Amino acid sequence: MAPFGELIHSQFLWFALAAGLLVALVSGPLGCFAVWRRMAYFGDTLAHSALLGVTLGFVLQVDATLAVGASSCLLAILLVALQRRQKLSVDTLLGILSHSMLALGIVAVSVFNINVDLLSLLLGDLLAVGPRDLVLMLAAAALIAALLYFLWEQLLAFTLHEELAAVEGVPVERVRLALMLMLALLIAIAMKVVGVLLITALLIIPAAAARRLSHTPEQMALLSSGIGCVAVLLGLLASVLWDTPAGPSIVLAASLLFLLSQLHRAPG
Amino acid sequence: MPFRAVNHPADLGLEVAGRQLLQHIDLQLQPGEIVTVIGPNGAGKTTLLRLLLGLTAPTTGSVWRRPGLRLGYMPQRLQIDPTLPMSVLRFIQLGQPQLRAAGARAALAQVGAERLAHASLADLSGGEMQRVLLARAASRKPQLLVLDEPTQGVDVGGQSEVYQLIAALRDELGCGVLLVSHDLHLVMAATDKVLCINQHICCQGHPEQVSRDPAYLELFGDKVAPYTHQHNHEHDLSGDIVAGACDHNHSHDHGDNHREQQ
Repeated sequence: MAPFGELIHSQFLWFALAAGLLVALVSGPLGCFAVWRRMAYFGDTLAHSALLGVTLGFVLQVDATLAVGASSCLLAILLVALQRRQKLSVDTLLGILSHSMLALGIVAVSVFNINVDLLSLLLGDLLAVGPRDLVLMLAAAALIAALLYFLWEQLLAFTLHEELAAVEGVPVERVRLALMLMLALLIAIAMKVVGVLLITALLIIPAAAARRLSHTPEQMALLSSGIGCVAVLLGLLASVLWDTPAGPSIVLAASLLFLLSQLHRAPG
Repeated sequence: MPFRAVNHPADLGLEVAGRQLLQHIDLQLQPGEIVTVIGPNGAGKTTLLRLLLGLTAPTTGSVWRRPGLRLGYMPQRLQIDPTLPMSVLRFIQLGQPQLRAAGARAALAQVGAERLAHASLADLSGGEMQRVLLARAASRKPQLLVLDEPTQGVDVGGQSEVYQLIAALRDELGCGVLLVSHDLHLVMAATDKVLCINQHICCQGHPEQVSRDPAYLELFGDKVAPYTHQHNHEHDLSGDIVAGACDHNHSHDHGDNHREQQ
């Protein structure tokens, strides 16, 4: 165990913390929509395809976060289009895509002989976040936060009943696309924090933990952000103290917080 | 001058994947008129509403809506994920920033559901949810109220009450009402015009007139007679008879007050 006093002065730790908190802040409200709209599988599909984005970025020599952001957004648009015309159930469609994308990503990494640490892509590499990553993450998080703020009422109406919202003048298709693109962007920036395999956990678990403690959608969204931030703090602390991998530690911390939240009796 | 809320100059029709779901539909709605669409299962009742609301585009014909028409829509059901915490009051205000809590409460009062204001939307019973949906539609002060099977999930005792509420709302708001129903008995008494459809319009007109129409009888048989429901007392939300709503003894058999015209 490294002396704590010294670690406080290490820059990489502060970068890691900032990146983790940034992602937790925006994944809170987005995670709520993932829970309310039962989109966990959807998040998985987008996340699993991120690996392919990394490979494409390498081949085209583009920054990994940018490449993943672009490929996730494309896949999100494709999924929205597919969902509208497919005959298979959404569940089956996503199941096929999710794991095909993951397999394709892993194969592509080996075919192009890319010099990346596969494990850090799958499980995150929070402690390797640099200032450049942080700037990109800040930009994406700010965009997501702004979209959430301006579309909040419409997103809620759309979540409650799509047709009712449409009759009442909500541009339903645009709102759906915005939600998908926000998720795609989040996945691009969350990949560094918890890795491709665990992004959905970071999305779902804080939101689920916040449910028991909230009476309004806004409360749940903010609490979810808060719980995510606490999980990032605890996970990072565990990672520093006991040298555990940061991403999985954060997810574990979130799971613990979820278990704790279950002790609270359901709000009336 | 009657305004034409919805008008189909040509044959309105919808074909999906080679199947003609609706054809030769021509109808217009007048202000303040309650029009009920009835028909057997699979007749295209909900499809017709979707066309009129602009949720589906017709493959033939067109829908004309008076520009700026304020619509109130009550969907057949609203299934909310229990993980979404939302009070009834917030639900009514959602998407209407100008509507204060007092306005939302007034809308709930109109349908006799004030006590639900702070209930969680996910905890409502079928009947309570229908009232809340109705209140939400009414709170928008619609010029045309569109209701898809408004008594879905409401127990038999409460169904006629829902139709009475709709008629009362029509009088209060002065709006036209278009509703889909399959409870023929109840509908007959609370509607100005009936539209009987089975992929196309089989017959339409005054409830009594439609009930004698051969096309109607062919669809529904002649056992169904127009039915005038005379409710002599009120029920509150839990189904209890409200004391003081009338001044006579309720121990009689309910059938006494129901007049069947056969």
